[in-house]
Amino acid sequence: MKHDLIVSTENVSVQTKRKINWGRLAPYIFISPWIIGFLLFTLGPLLFSLFISFFDWPIVGEKTFVGFSNYATMFTDDPLFWHSLWVTVKFAMLFVPLNIIISLFLAILLNKKLKASSLFRTFFYVPSVISGVALAMIWGWVYNGEYGILNYFLSLAGIEGPDWLNNQRWALLAMVIASLWGQGTMMLIFLAGLKNIPKDLYEAAEIDGAGKVYCFFKITLPLLTPTLLFNLITTIISAFQQLTLALVLTGGGPLGSTYFYAMYVYENAFKYFKMGYSSANAWIMFLIVLFLTMLVFKSSSVWVYYENEVKNSK
Amino acid sequence: MKSKRLIRSGTLYIVLVFLSLLFLAPFFWMVTTALKSPDELYMFPPKWFPSSWQFENFGKAWNSQPFNTFLMNSVIVTFLTTLGQIVSSTLIAYGFARFKFKGRDFLFMVLLATMMIPWEVTMIPQYMEFNYFGWINTLKPLIVPAWFGAPFYIFLLRQFIMSIPKELDEAARMDGANSFQIYYRIHLPLMWPIIVLIGVFNFLSSWNDYLGPLIFLNDQSKYTLTLGLAQFNGMYDVNMEGIMAVTFLISLPPLILFFFAQKYIVNGVSSTGFK
Repeated sequence: MKHDLIVSTENVSVQTKRKINWGRLAPYIFISPWIIGFLLFTLGPLLFSLFISFFDWPIVGEKTFVGFSNYATMFTDDPLFWHSLWVTVKFAMLFVPLNIIISLFLAILLNKKLKASSLFRTFFYVPSVISGVALAMIWGWVYNGEYGILNYFLSLAGIEGPDWLNNQRWALLAMVIASLWGQGTMMLIFLAGLKNIPKDLYEAAEIDGAGKVYCFFKITLPLLTPTLLFNLITTIISAFQQLTLALVLTGGGPLGSTYFYAMYVYENAFKYFKMGYSSANAWIMFLIVLFLTMLVFKSSSVWVYYENEVKNSK
Repeated sequence: MKSKRLIRSGTLYIVLVFLSLLFLAPFFWMVTTALKSPDELYMFPPKWFPSSWQFENFGKAWNSQPFNTFLMNSVIVTFLTTLGQIVSSTLIAYGFARFKFKGRDFLFMVLLATMMIPWEVTMIPQYMEFNYFGWINTLKPLIVPAWFGAPFYIFLLRQFIMSIPKELDEAARMDGANSFQIYYRIHLPLMWPIIVLIGVFNFLSSWNDYLGPLIFLNDQSKYTLTLGLAQFNGMYDVNMEGIMAVTFLISLPPLILFFFAQKYIVNGVSSTGFK
């Protein structure tokens, strides 16, 4: 074999014209930007991040190999790790179900036959268009304890509102509400899922005398489970990556009540310049997200309903 | 029967109007704040409409910092990333959708899997990489990666290309067209609705991006609008009306774009991949 190879390379000038089969290479040429980008900006950095996580690596100065000690420190000797993780979990436990329920509710309302539904759809989607820092600025003003409109509305109901962002008990909830405001995309995805449910199913159920609630739980919800699965996974991932809002609005305060895990990773890297330690933090986050996603996927065989499954079993 | 239906759609309208007010109130509050004079800002109960409209607030706030420079940087980044995403993602999607080749399905699985990697994991090595290239404090780290395609856009485009009849390709090939010509002359024109969709998505994410500029840019002359706005927040000599005025101005381009492209966004989301 080796010998053949050498011979053929000697004749390269004669043979290439015939040998290079452009038809075979074409697909690789088309996808090559992705392959290069993947190696350069995803796989390379991913592996390098794992590598750095075993070092004590300040941005300037010598790096030293420390084995698993970054990981050990995190779990045993760093209260901020547990604290930020707990803040993120609390956020996710509020944000994920509320986000799913609210966007599903809005989608169901918009799926009703109404002349103005496209207008309402626009209203609900508008906040998603301007998300990020602008969203943080607007909510910072809405939450203002003395002059904000949120407390004004609460005062109409006779409630004296807190100074939301400066109150340890309420700041995280404030983050949840502001995040929910910019989630119109999920509503659109649910709406698309609802539109794909065949109308004749409802007609048939109605003839059988089924009520609205029965239809929702026996037709709408089961047929929507694949969409639900998609939305559930993307919401969980986005909940764990929550950062911009806290970075701009509270800086993690008051008293660390909005100190998200992503902020912990960010600050270890770019505030304290502990590159090795921060990489270890990031890997733990990756593993948590991966674990949760797998869990949802695995459980989905129990609760997600696929049309073709039923067809096959019939 | 008829009156019952009327009541039902009536309550539905009331609920929808109420919810719309809930969604739009913060927005409305931003706009009117931007137009108030300082003495009307801090009132409780709040004043919904300013007694005199202070349009000069916009100019004053805009000029209190080099927002023209920030705008220029944002425009450059947004334009070049959007162009890059469209060129690269359409080529890559065409490659995945129209050819059978060794490792295709595996590579496509890998592509989809990369959507799950949190950005935090690759953030530090990317920073080091760009530092090594000498790109820190330039706009390159924000622009260059966009020219290598994004998994989500590639996925959407691939789904779309797979719905284009193969007979079109075969007919073109009979006429002597090569693969690139088929992509360029046949598929690209058909892909327009999805190209508009990813153009809009990319415009929004690039225009609204905060973390990228925050990490890769240090020098004020390189700042993008979001970074300028966030910095504005921390300064004590500016008032709420100024902050809200700039917030409004920065939100305007995405809003205008959304207004014209909403048909594509809504149809795009409902027609591609989420069935």
